[in-house]
Amino acid sequence: MKTLSPTRQALNYTALAVITVFMLLPFVWVFFGSFKTQGEFLANPGAWFPETFQIDNYIQLFRDRGFGDYMMNSFIVSSVAIAGNVVFSAMAGYALAKLRFRGKNVVFPLVIASMIVPYVALFVPQFVIVVQMGLVDSLIAIILPVLTLPLCVFIMRQFAHGVPYELMEAARLDGAGEGRIFFRVFLPLTGPGLATVAILSFLTSWNNFLWPLVVAQSQDTYTAPVGLSVASQASNSISFGLLLAGAMVVLLPILILFLFLQKYFIQGVAATGLK
Amino acid sequence: MTTTTSATRTVVTPGTPARRPRGVRKAHEGSRAETTTAWLFLAPFLVIFLLFTGVPAVLAIGASLTDMSARDIRDPLNVNFTGFDGFAAIIGNPGFQSAFLNTVLFVVLCVPISMGLGLALALMLNNGIRRLKTFFRAAAYIPVITNIVAAAVIWQYAFSITGPVNSVLGSLGLPEPNWLGDPGWAITTVVAMGVWRTTGTCMILFLAGLQAVPEEIYEAAATDGAGPWRRLWSITLPLLRPTTLLVTVLQTVSFLNIFEEPYLLTKGGPLGSTKSIALWVYEQFGFGNVSASMAGSVLLLVLVGVVAIVQFRILRPKH
Repeated sequence: MKTLSPTRQALNYTALAVITVFMLLPFVWVFFGSFKTQGEFLANPGAWFPETFQIDNYIQLFRDRGFGDYMMNSFIVSSVAIAGNVVFSAMAGYALAKLRFRGKNVVFPLVIASMIVPYVALFVPQFVIVVQMGLVDSLIAIILPVLTLPLCVFIMRQFAHGVPYELMEAARLDGAGEGRIFFRVFLPLTGPGLATVAILSFLTSWNNFLWPLVVAQSQDTYTAPVGLSVASQASNSISFGLLLAGAMVVLLPILILFLFLQKYFIQGVAATGLK
Repeated sequence: MTTTTSATRTVVTPGTPARRPRGVRKAHEGSRAETTTAWLFLAPFLVIFLLFTGVPAVLAIGASLTDMSARDIRDPLNVNFTGFDGFAAIIGNPGFQSAFLNTVLFVVLCVPISMGLGLALALMLNNGIRRLKTFFRAAAYIPVITNIVAAAVIWQYAFSITGPVNSVLGSLGLPEPNWLGDPGWAITTVVAMGVWRTTGTCMILFLAGLQAVPEEIYEAAATDGAGPWRRLWSITLPLLRPTTLLVTVLQTVSFLNIFEEPYLLTKGGPLGSTKSIALWVYEQFGFGNVSASMAGSVLLLVLVGVVAIVQFRILRPKH
């Protein structure tokens, strides 16, 4: 491709810089705002920067507002969801891509079709089921719907297609059992797929909002986003500084992971578009 | 064996199915052992999938045909069949009609803006600049992964009457609107947040699409004297058609389902001006009108399905 003229390069950089500023501005506000006192918000509402960086908001958040417990709940939910999705979608993806059986052509279209079902159509019946199972207001109920995500199965099936049949056939001829083929031949070749699934299930479970909002009925089971949302509903009695500190705490784990594992985050989205 | 493994390692990319060697068995019928293994491997996923997606989808349709209320949640069989009465009632309901129109407005505004911005970003990142590609890509993508509750808290603060947005506008001598309290501005703010949150997704998908366009075509076109706009219009856009279809459908479905932005930013207000269908459905559940809530969600499901199919028909490459 012909290289672009310096003028056009400069234009592109300017356009990108402008869009980037708008994309990132909210993060600048939350960072600086989380260090401001309520007095500062009232006295000088338009100020961008705090007078001094005081961490009272963070201390209050964890000491008086129970955010330590909410964060712990979120970490438990996400860890179990990651483990479940990595193991179960690897198994399901392997079966759908690599094994021959009757019914395969029914299962996979169902998985795909389910992805366009609006979530608001599902949460009420899900709630009825959870009530019937006696699981309301438990972390188990929050975890179950995100334990095996159709999207993760879809992604693992895509990655599984790349593993050559010849390798599996060779292992079979060598007398390896199905389980051994899965663990020794298949899994080692799908590392990037597993990483993508882990990231996606972390994002989904960490950011899950409507379902935990419905199911978590006491503070003991609040996840961090639910705790933050409940606090912000009471925003007349709570300072912006405290809410922004809460937002910061909810954001941080994702941002830190993103910094290190950018490739897999982006692969996760790109994979949904590749067919 | 070991050499084969390392040699084929590079083959592991999504979307390149390895060809199955022709065997004696029919395409979808394996040996008994293979069939058993397959179902065993699928079992954990299928159990949860059926329990939390399959059964609920059927239950939702069932409940929409009854007079189910909040009390019946603990005793779901204690409901009366009312047929399509629930649907007739909500179609005639002004609250639902306005939620429907608001949802259409969100789709009509958010989908083209986010896709246009996403495509522009993808084009500039693909070959419009040399350095900082990773940085710009990450910056546009961070809103996508941001927790929506945290994002809404930040937006509520930024767009509050005395917040930083108005302080910038004020210092420029511009009017300082009541972003979240005035119906016209509230919908603008929700749309802006929707665009902010989804532009990165569009960008990534378009970038993936652009990487599949072969360089030689551009070189040939450049040799023939085609300028940059001509190349964009006659080469890039037609070749991006499958990607465009995918992004259009994904974005439309996602904005037809819009819930968190209006719920968290404005509670659907002021005066119902930002209430979406999904938010209306959630509210009806909260009021105990379970059957109305389910009828609304089934209508939404039908709407999503129809729109997705129509878009596939219109945008699918012609043979």
